[in-house]
This record gives sequence, structure tokens and C-alpha cells, in this order.
Amino acid sequence: MKIHEYQAKKILSQGGVPVPKGIVAATAAEAKDAAASIGGKVVVKAQVHAGGRGKAGGVKVVSTPAEAEKAAAGMLGRQLVTFQTGPEGVPVRKVLVEEAIAIKRELYASMVIDGAARGVVVMASEAGGMDIEEVAEKHPEKLMRIVIDPVLGFMPYQGRKVAYGLNVTAEQVRPVADMLSKLYNIFQKNDLTLIEINPLVVTEDGRVLAADAKINLEDDSLFRHADLKEMDDPEQMDALEAQAAKYGISYVKLDGDIGCMVNGAGLAMATMDVTREAGAGPANFLDVGGGADEEKVAQAMRIINSDPNVKKVLINIFGGILKCDIVARGILKVSEENPSGMRPTVVRMLGTNNEEGRKLLAESRLKVTLVNNLIEAADALKGR
Amino acid sequence: MSILVDKNTRLLVQGITGKEGGYHAKKCMEYGTNVVAGVTPGKGGTLFEGTVPVFNTVEQAVATTKSNASMIFVPPPFAGDAIVEAVDAGLGVVACITEGIPVHDSIKVMRYVRSQTHSRVIGPNCPGVITPGAKCKMGIMPGSIHKPGKIGVVSRSGTLTYEAVGQLTGLGIGQSTCVGIGGDPVNGTTFVDVLKMFRDDKETEGIVLIGEIGGSREQEAAEYIKSELKKPVAALIVGRTAPPGRRMGHAGAIITGKAARADDKIRALSAAGAAIIPTPAHIGRTVKEMMGVKA
Repeated sequence: MKIHEYQAKKILSQGGVPVPKGIVAATAAEAKDAAASIGGKVVVKAQVHAGGRGKAGGVKVVSTPAEAEKAAAGMLGRQLVTFQTGPEGVPVRKVLVEEAIAIKRELYASMVIDGAARGVVVMASEAGGMDIEEVAEKHPEKLMRIVIDPVLGFMPYQGRKVAYGLNVTAEQVRPVADMLSKLYNIFQKNDLTLIEINPLVVTEDGRVLAADAKINLEDDSLFRHADLKEMDDPEQMDALEAQAAKYGISYVKLDGDIGCMVNGAGLAMATMDVTREAGAGPANFLDVGGGADEEKVAQAMRIINSDPNVKKVLINIFGGILKCDIVARGILKVSEENPSGMRPTVVRMLGTNNEEGRKLLAESRLKVTLVNNLIEAADALKGR
Repeated sequence: MSILVDKNTRLLVQGITGKEGGYHAKKCMEYGTNVVAGVTPGKGGTLFEGTVPVFNTVEQAVATTKSNASMIFVPPPFAGDAIVEAVDAGLGVVACITEGIPVHDSIKVMRYVRSQTHSRVIGPNCPGVITPGAKCKMGIMPGSIHKPGKIGVVSRSGTLTYEAVGQLTGLGIGQSTCVGIGGDPVNGTTFVDVLKMFRDDKETEGIVLIGEIGGSREQEAAEYIKSELKKPVAALIVGRTAPPGRRMGHAGAIITGKAARADDKIRALSAAGAAIIPTPAHIGRTVKEMMGVKA
């Protein structure tokens, strides 16, 4: 689960990590008051779950409360389109008004879960404020990588190692090491999968601050973090993805035109790859799950049908606990309530009750091509 | 021979009185697996299906029934604890089927698991292990699609493994053992761990490796194939059409850098001499060509 910058900074601040003075505002008037209360030059930052805000006009530096009000009015209630959002953008409901800091150096620090290391990895670089993926690819030597042992936790020497590696001044070694140690505690305590501080700044007056903060929570751990779960903002998600999440369907919207419904994540990815082979490409990833009932299948079908880009649909079910006749009934339910919403459909069913499922579909009025394997499925999608 | 499970496997099921645990314990018994015990705290002293004794702790179950393997269906918040309980009771093979274990739990548990050598933990978030020739199934895969034979299968996925097995069996190609290592980024057993076992298994003559986007375990496998493995390997990597930064169902299936991409994995495996399965529709066909008359 993603959260907003102002929420991330609240978590950091509670964990003892210094962040710029800031106030969150939901209206332009509130933004004006916030700017007045902070005083001096402030930055107005649109709160959206997407990167690339600066270039998209979602970050403005202003000198007076009146200007802050104007900047906030220009953002609030609008859709912000960045390179990460897609053309429709994401809604801006809140802005963060922050003190403008006089930056001396921009550094980078992050923590992620790394499968190969079987644990948490700290990354740090002097190249702050830049796209870190690019730094990692072009200048891997500029990215420090430190594995943390889950039993020992973050060791003081590791903090010093990073601080010295970042070439900070003698007075800043301790604050940098201290910040990293606190970030690790926050990471652990809140079951995070990502903390990214980009940039981690050293100000002209020598302070070390988390100037921007990105935090991702782990969905599987939310059951033990009721307070964090409340930070969810489904409005920031794609509408269809939000709808799918509500029904416990694993769905990711993609940009192709073949809608896919599959059980199992691996088979779903394989099915996506098969649609590409047919020259079209997947409109979505969709894993309906092992324990799906008729209504869940119907909901998955409705989500696929709601995507205007979908021209054809490929349903690939390897029945186990999920029975193929249940899948067929779910599909037919949707085709009866909204016949015109159905696209030409290719169905491949194997496993539990597949004869019954195939029979139900074959005898229905639905325009469906039943196939026996993935080679036939690809051919059917090509229209052969 | 085979790997991990065989006719000597005496299976214990942790969470046997739950809906899923009970359903799959029964399916394993129907397939031919020797299910000797169940464990559910508080349900000790009862019988599952009128025949299998249920215990309060794994230790009691092992002491009484001499079970040597465990299949775990305990809900995510308690599954990490269940894995450690199985390891501490000395079980040789532990397959954790549970999906959705908090990754921070897995990190601690796997740190412990990897520090010992008597227990091999498969998963979590995996379909388990099956050896068709010994009629032994420790997992949730449909038994009927399997056929005894010489091909070892190792995969990060569940239903995609069934797809692969279905294609193999459809062409008359049997399997020695099929291992699902699971879709989580932090797990107990890697591709390389399983490839080592297949290398040492006389019954396995060829291997199918099914990987996907995310992480770099496929590249490690490629290194191992290149330097250590003489047996032929056919490899399928799925997720070529997945965009970067988006998680595709499995917790581990997300492109977070170059190594996580499908094309990078395919390149590494191809350079290591693996036969690349061009599309998920051609698993059986590629293996048949690779094995020639031997399959």
C-alpha cells in the first residue's frame, strides 16, 4: 500500500527523523494560513501517489501566504498528470505546505526488502535528487548497498560507513548515522517494504533533513497496523484496480487490448505473454484466486468488461479448488445482465469440472471460442 | 529415487483441522501419501477423518508417529511460528503452503532456517512437492495430471506448474519430482538448492525450470547450470509483458531493476546453455525436443 508524503513524514517524525516544518492543507485558505504560520518562503506540494510531481507543476516555491493560497488553489481539486500516472492523472485533494529549505547538498538514502539478501538492504548515494534507477544502472559505483542482519539490526558501524561514504562533514556524521538507524527502526516497526528519502538534504545551516519521503506499507502486514491501514487512499488508484481490490481480486491494468482472466499469478503472467504472441498484448493482469465463487468471477468479468480498451477476452482456468463450472456460471451471469458488454471470448478450461464448465458456455448465447491448449488460444486470438 | 519426498515420507499436516488443511490432507491421502499425523493446538487427542491422530504440538506428533515431513496450512499471522516449530522438531522437509506471510516475519524465520541443515523448508506461498513414482504428494497440486518419469520440475508458481506438468504428461513425458519453491521474495529454498538435488538424483534426467519477473534467483540458477549441471535444462520465464514497478500477484513478481526483467533472465539462462521455452504454450514440446528419445 502506498501512502502520501505528508503521511510518510508524520511516521518519520514520530520515529525521531528530522523533516522540514510542514502543515497539510485541504483548501487554499488552509494553505494560506499554513504558510503564514510557517513564515517566510514556503513550498506547496501536491499530495499524490506518483513521482514526477515537480515537472508536472505539482511543486511550487512561493514567498507569501497569498501566493501559497494561489498555488494551492491551482492544484487542489485538479488532476495531476505526471509521467507515472497515465494521461488521466490523479486527483489532488491535499497539499503539503513546507518551509523552503536552503539546500547545501542533496543525498539519497533508501531501505528495501531484498529477496537475494533475504533481508533489508540500505542504499545510499551522493547523487541525491536524481532518478536512482538511472544512477544504479549507469554509475553503480555511486550507490552504496548494505545488508542488515535481522537479528543484529542496524549496527552503528554501518551508519558511520554510510555517513563517511557520503562524504559529509565531521559534524554531520553522527546525525546521518543516527537518521539511518532511526529509519531502520521505523522500517521494522511498521512492516514497511520501502522507505526512500530522495533527497536527504544537508541545509546551509548544517541540519540533516528528510526533504522528501516515500513509504510503502506491506499489504500482508496491515492486519497488525490498523492505524496505518487508515492511511489508504483508494482514489489515488486506477478506478478498476480499486474496485478489484475491494473484492480481493488481484488486478493490474495494462495498456494492451486482450482482457485476461486467470487463476494463479504465474499462470496469469504466462497467459499475458500468450496474448502478446497473438500480437495484441494484455489489457490487464488478473488472478481471480483459488477460492473464488461465482460472484467473485462475475466481479472479475465486470471489471474486464469495464475497460474500454478491451477488444477480446482470454479466460484461462486450471481448475483445482476453483471449479470450472463455477467460473462458467460467473461469466454467464454477467453476460445475462449485460450482453452488449461482452467481447468475443476465448476460453480454455482444464481440471475440476471442466466438461461441465465448457458445456455451460458452449450451450449459452455467448460468443465464445472453446480451446484445448494455449497454442489454440493464441491462434483463436489471432482470429484464425 | 527422487528428491525431497518418496515412499518413506511420513507426512504431518500443520493446520489439519482447518478448511484448506483438511481438504488437502484428504486429497494427499487419496493420492497415496502416508499422512501419519495432524497438528492443531487445542485439538490434540482427536482423529482426522477417523484415522489420523491430531496433536497439540509438532514435537508430540513426531515422538508418537515418527513423521519426517510437514505440510503447513496455518494462517499467515501464525505461519512463521509454525515453520520454526517444524524445524525445531527436526522434520526433514517442511513445505509451507500459506500465502500472505508478512515479509518481515519471513526474513527472521528464514534467517533461522538457513542457519541449520537438518530441515529443508520449501515456500512459503507454494504448491508443495510431488513425486509421482512414489505416489507421494505433499502439496495442493492436482495429483491426477502427474505421471512417473525422469523430468524434474522446479517453479516459482502454482497453477503455471500444473500447466507445465499437464503439457508434459500430455506428450507422455513423466516427472521424477515437481517442486514449487513459491512466489515470495524471501523463501526457504531457491532454484539452485533444487537444481543441486536434481543433479544428485539418479532418476532425474532432465529439468524444467519455470521462473518469472522479480529478483535475481534465475540468474543464480543460470550460473549454477553453466558451471555445475550436466543434465539438460529447459527454462520458461513468464512476465515478459509485465511493466516495471507493478507487482504481478506474487509478492516477489515485480520488476525493480535490470536483473528482475524477463529478458535479462532469459539471456542469462540461454547463455548458460538452457533450452529456452519460447512461450508458455510450448513447454511440453521444448522438453520433448531437448530430451529426444530419452523422454
